[in-house]
Amino acid sequence: MSDGSKKLDLAAARARLAGGRDYWRSLDDLASTAEFQDLLEREFPRQAVGWSDDEDRVAGRRNFLKLMGASLALGGLTACTRQPTEHIMPYVRQPEELIPGRPLFFATAATLGGIANGVLAESHEGRPTKIEGNPEHPATLGACDIFSQASVLQLYDPDRSQALSLQGEIHSWGSFLGRLREALAVQKTKNGAGIRILTETVTSPALADQLATIQKLYPASKWHQWEPAGPHSARAAASRAFGAPTNTYYDLGKANVVVSLDADFLASGAGSLRYARQFASRRRVQGGQTTMNRLYVTEPMPTPTGAKADHRLPLRADDIEEFAWALATAVGAANGPKNGDNADVYKWIGAMARDLLVNKGASLVIAGDYQPPMVHALAHVMNSFLGNVGKTVFYTDPLEANPVDQVASLADLVKDLDAGAVDLLLILGGNPVFTSPVELGMRDRIQKAALRVHLSQYEDETSEVCQWRLPETHYLESWGDARAFDGTVTIQQPLIQPLYNGRSAYEVLQMLTETPESGSYQIVKGYWAARHQGADFEAWWRRAVHDGVVPGTALPTKTPAILGAALAERPQKRRLGGKLEVIFRPDPTIYDGRFANNGWLQELPKPITKLTWDNAAILSAATAHRLGVATGDMVELAYQGRSLHAPVWVQPGHVNGAVTLHLGYGRTAAGRTGNGMGFNVYGLRTAQALWHDTGLEARKVPGSYLFATTQNDHVLDTRRHIIHKGDLEDYRKNPESVHEGAEAPPRELTLYPEWKYEGYAWGMAIDLNACTGCGACVTACQAENNIAVVGKDQVRRSRIMHWLRVDTYYNGDVNHPELYNQPVPCMQCEDAPCELVCPVQATNHSAEGLNDMVYNRCVGTRYCSNNCPYKVRRFNFYLYSDYETPSLKLLHNPNVTVRSRGVMEKCTYCVQRINAAKIDAEKQDRKVRDGDIQTACQASCPSEAIVFGDINDPASRVSQMKAEKLNYALLAELNTRPRTTYLAALRNPNPEIDG
Amino acid sequence: MADEREVAERPASRRIIAPGYTFGTVTDQIATVVLTRRTPVFWYISFGVGFALLLVFLWSVAVLLAKGVGIWGIRTPVMWGFAITNFVWWIGIGHAGTLISAILLLLNQRWRNSINRFAEAMTLFAVACAGMFPLLHLGRPWLFYWLFPYPNTMAVQPNFRSPLVWDVFAVSTYATVSLLFWFVGLMPDLATLRDRTQNRFARAAYGILAMGWRGSARHWSVYETATLLLAGLATPLVLSVHTVVSFDFTIAIVPGWHSTFFPPYFVAGAIYSGFAMVLALAIPLRSVYGLEGLITARHLDNSAKIMLATGLIVAYAYMLETFTAWYSGDVYEQSALWNRMTGPYAVCYGALIFCNILAPQALWFKRIRSSPALLFVSSIVVLVGMWLERYVIIVSSLAQDFMPSSWSIFQATRWDWGTYLGTIGLFLFLFFVFIRLLPMISIFEVRTLLPQAKVEEEAQG
Repeated sequence: MSDGSKKLDLAAARARLAGGRDYWRSLDDLASTAEFQDLLEREFPRQAVGWSDDEDRVAGRRNFLKLMGASLALGGLTACTRQPTEHIMPYVRQPEELIPGRPLFFATAATLGGIANGVLAESHEGRPTKIEGNPEHPATLGACDIFSQASVLQLYDPDRSQALSLQGEIHSWGSFLGRLREALAVQKTKNGAGIRILTETVTSPALADQLATIQKLYPASKWHQWEPAGPHSARAAASRAFGAPTNTYYDLGKANVVVSLDADFLASGAGSLRYARQFASRRRVQGGQTTMNRLYVTEPMPTPTGAKADHRLPLRADDIEEFAWALATAVGAANGPKNGDNADVYKWIGAMARDLLVNKGASLVIAGDYQPPMVHALAHVMNSFLGNVGKTVFYTDPLEANPVDQVASLADLVKDLDAGAVDLLLILGGNPVFTSPVELGMRDRIQKAALRVHLSQYEDETSEVCQWRLPETHYLESWGDARAFDGTVTIQQPLIQPLYNGRSAYEVLQMLTETPESGSYQIVKGYWAARHQGADFEAWWRRAVHDGVVPGTALPTKTPAILGAALAERPQKRRLGGKLEVIFRPDPTIYDGRFANNGWLQELPKPITKLTWDNAAILSAATAHRLGVATGDMVELAYQGRSLHAPVWVQPGHVNGAVTLHLGYGRTAAGRTGNGMGFNVYGLRTAQALWHDTGLEARKVPGSYLFATTQNDHVLDTRRHIIHKGDLEDYRKNPESVHEGAEAPPRELTLYPEWKYEGYAWGMAIDLNACTGCGACVTACQAENNIAVVGKDQVRRSRIMHWLRVDTYYNGDVNHPELYNQPVPCMQCEDAPCELVCPVQATNHSAEGLNDMVYNRCVGTRYCSNNCPYKVRRFNFYLYSDYETPSLKLLHNPNVTVRSRGVMEKCTYCVQRINAAKIDAEKQDRKVRDGDIQTACQASCPSEAIVFGDINDPASRVSQMKAEKLNYALLAELNTRPRTTYLAALRNPNPEIDG
Repeated sequence: MADEREVAERPASRRIIAPGYTFGTVTDQIATVVLTRRTPVFWYISFGVGFALLLVFLWSVAVLLAKGVGIWGIRTPVMWGFAITNFVWWIGIGHAGTLISAILLLLNQRWRNSINRFAEAMTLFAVACAGMFPLLHLGRPWLFYWLFPYPNTMAVQPNFRSPLVWDVFAVSTYATVSLLFWFVGLMPDLATLRDRTQNRFARAAYGILAMGWRGSARHWSVYETATLLLAGLATPLVLSVHTVVSFDFTIAIVPGWHSTFFPPYFVAGAIYSGFAMVLALAIPLRSVYGLEGLITARHLDNSAKIMLATGLIVAYAYMLETFTAWYSGDVYEQSALWNRMTGPYAVCYGALIFCNILAPQALWFKRIRSSPALLFVSSIVVLVGMWLERYVIIVSSLAQDFMPSSWSIFQATRWDWGTYLGTIGLFLFLFFVFIRLLPMISIFEVRTLLPQAKVEEEAQG
């Protein structure tokens, strides 16, 4: 632009633009100046002078050689240092709000079965490291379940699908889009008749909107859904009872009497975190509250909910319908049979019915997701009859965007596949080859589609049969939205760039529309912008994303009338006929198999059984006796002409005559962690009997199996007072009754002068009455404290590393035991036996009463663990921590040391959180306030069973809990003076029912 | 002085040395084993077995250092397994040597003169084997020196309240004193070998080790004083070392460990197993090398009696253990013992009762005590029994303690056995090197047992 004559000629430019869609890069380009043309020709205009055409050729060549020679010589100099060139990047322009060393929290939502749990993701310098519950979110209320906790490991899983591929060959998204558009062009001509989209359950409004758009573009295309562990019967029952799909949720906080018909509402399913909190609030006999709710549970396989029951009745899954009929009849809500040949079913009915009737409007009957529609219908009828609707039971429109009968939906797809009508099969998430009912033979059927595309986080069994394998983003990598149990929408926001260039389902679906290149952000934001009413969408959006809750999206409650036909179908009694009942359930930790490659969930001891890394044929002691088998024996399970081999697990409290099988194991393409673990129960599961059926035959076969379980002895020794427990009535009369038989020596029974704890004195109280044993605390601890996964073989050798464990004990009859769960972290004893014996002073007492562990100093004599009566210390027998895998390095909490081989470790009360809170408090020149510090286990606990704080502060919650009469120290007779104490477990049995 | 000597001499008349020996023949018989006689096949076999097992040990240790203590069967409640069992067992075995060399010396039990040398060597090698385990069992063995109170810039010191630190002092003191005692006692014999050997290199080596010993009166006077002083130092160690080792258990609160009678119980058990090892070594050696004249039936008989006596103390300890557990009324103590007797380790417990209490009762009979073959068998039985005792105490107590939820059963892996058998290899290797290169019986001390040695004393008397 040195030449004044070549000024921008705006008039000429306007004339050119008027000509049509001409792209231009800058105003100079637009003006076609010579300088700009020159710039375009030369990529590095400044450096390139010297050997271009306009220079003397000889001189140019010489200059070139000179430069090269100098470069080589100088390049040689660099050999003097061996350090590779690495550019460190200071935050010259520091991102807003980012202070190195201080984590940021972002609200988002983790989904399971389409249902959202609002979470806060903790981000350290751009790396999500930990998931916490979102206190603002109605489903989580600040708590966090195991699946959300472990999702952060899934994000960094090195086995994730890392590249887009076509039949094993890596391609770009562009080439996929090209191929897809070709296929779509063909489909356009026939209205999309060959397009099939298969998804899991969809609650996302934006995704549903996209699907609707696609439906409009390709009217003949079809959208199918398959969620292997979804609430299929609840959906069917709602349609039958109310005539329209209906969502049900509960308020446990208002229910005095709760009846669970095989519903594990405290630990699984939508809203369980909220239910657990509400339920626990009614069981806390503290601070003046002297009443408790009462829980009746009937279920085949003990669950955390069953463990909390005041009366637990083991019934076969099939008998629960009879039980529900009997109860509904006794209550007066239905007209069914009043007795039958199974006395167990009827033994408590009268007393329960009276209890329910007394508490009309404050009672609740919950039907389990895996019970048949009739049980749900009966529960609806009973709740309606008892006046619970609107008080403890709420009905809304369905959460799902398209509540269809998914079994029929899948069958429809199979029919089209068989007919060869499917040209383009788009599988968005899910693993239908693995999870579909076995008789559908999905592995072969899917291959009948001409073009098969699988969007998935893993290259799994379904990817194996699809030509195009698209890497899917994790929810922490992408925008999205999803509904919670009551319809509340959360906008999911990404915390990190997709690690493996994945795309979300939104983006892949968008490729089918007119604007194929839109990102998730435009799609989701665009959806909400289009529906936003009122001014300033941007502010509304920021607020919604920030809070993790979109205001006003909870679905309005309604009171649908129950159709007369709801109970039209009369009870039919199916006979076992010498065979067994087979019960299918999603696995408590790896769910339907989708978490099979997640080491945290694999190694999390399953509630009650304490199994890790495996599923089993779970049956009762009497059934095992009848079959002549014991735990670890192999059986052949035959059902409807199919059979498989499985190891037996004898479970006290399991119903006789039934075998519970957990889905999700036996994966062959899960990844390095999940492959070959357990056996594939889907191999027996048909569409007719998704959850249970009679007609299973079990036969002992040679062989044995060694389970990896974390607890071998479960029976409560009457002379060891590990669980203090009692009945509410007795406790009210004599509070000391719960501690009967246990002795605690006087505090002064020591030779040493008492240490005076000035300042803070940290302590913890664990309310056994609230704890459900769900295991969320264990996973939270694992995530917070960089706890290593050790693998099945090491678990078998009792070398699990969890700092916090949940012990399960059985009390009483082997068939109907009472179950107790007890979380055991480090007791932080004031007179700690471990500290005395460490030869190198690697474990010491802090002035605030913490039993500190100095990893650097530990030489690994393991004496401390031998001398720990609670056995909470964990030893790195090998190098368990992963020092190699690059992606897993991102996962670690930077505030906690990653322990190496040969070092002892244990619970620290999350000392890193204590210190962070203390630093904050000191900066503000105040003391740490009660509640400022939440240990990871406490923060995740849905029932608020774990409370941490300063016991020097008499007003703190933990001090108040410790002042309760229920409070006791574990193994108090040893006079270790633990800082962690327990509140005894109370039960509130119906006085009418004996035992 | 003279009266005491006379009293002490009386046993000499009861054949602690066969008749017919002269100074010369004693020296010849012992020195030729090292210097001129053909090495017997027995030596090659024993040394070969020891060397093979030593290689097993080196391999096991290499794997251990490369991978970590996870190769062993230890697990969460049972954090100590074979390593500490072997440590206590080996240390215990060493005790007989010290008892023979120090306490019997002070008590003027002159029959000890013909067995003290190899018994002391046994002590030394047993301590060497024992010393391996506290090092190897560490999670990070390369940091073992942190257990010593050495000056460092961080001013961190070991925890003097921990029995493991007491162990460090006890065992290192024991090893030092045992080595000194053994070496000082060797010097006159090294000089003898130096003077008799025809080999230049051997002469140089023995000469250096003899440290200029010429047998002058002054040397002997200094030697006698040094030996007495060392014996005085070593005597309390016989009691203290295993007492301190037993503190590893008694100081802990683990039921089955936490009891006050462990120190005498452990010391008795140590001497018990030590004498068993003395017999297990002496019986084959005397027959192979034709030393029946020097290690006589009397020696075997005496050793067997000590075994019987200490075995009875051990039996008493078992009874007391059972009684106190019952009498305490403590649920943990009671179930620890009950589990030990009837639980997963019942077989081991039964075997140890048989090996340590029942089988040794045969030693009441003189016929058995006078049969070297039967004595050899019973000493092996006792060695096995005492190993089982340590194993059962350590492992069964840990496997089932306070919290039933954490109970788990220890199972040894091949690496556990590899390290254990490996140290037996190390022991045999060192011992047979010793047999080959050094006089296994103290030449000059045996010579003092001869009647000729008493001429001067009688003249004085």
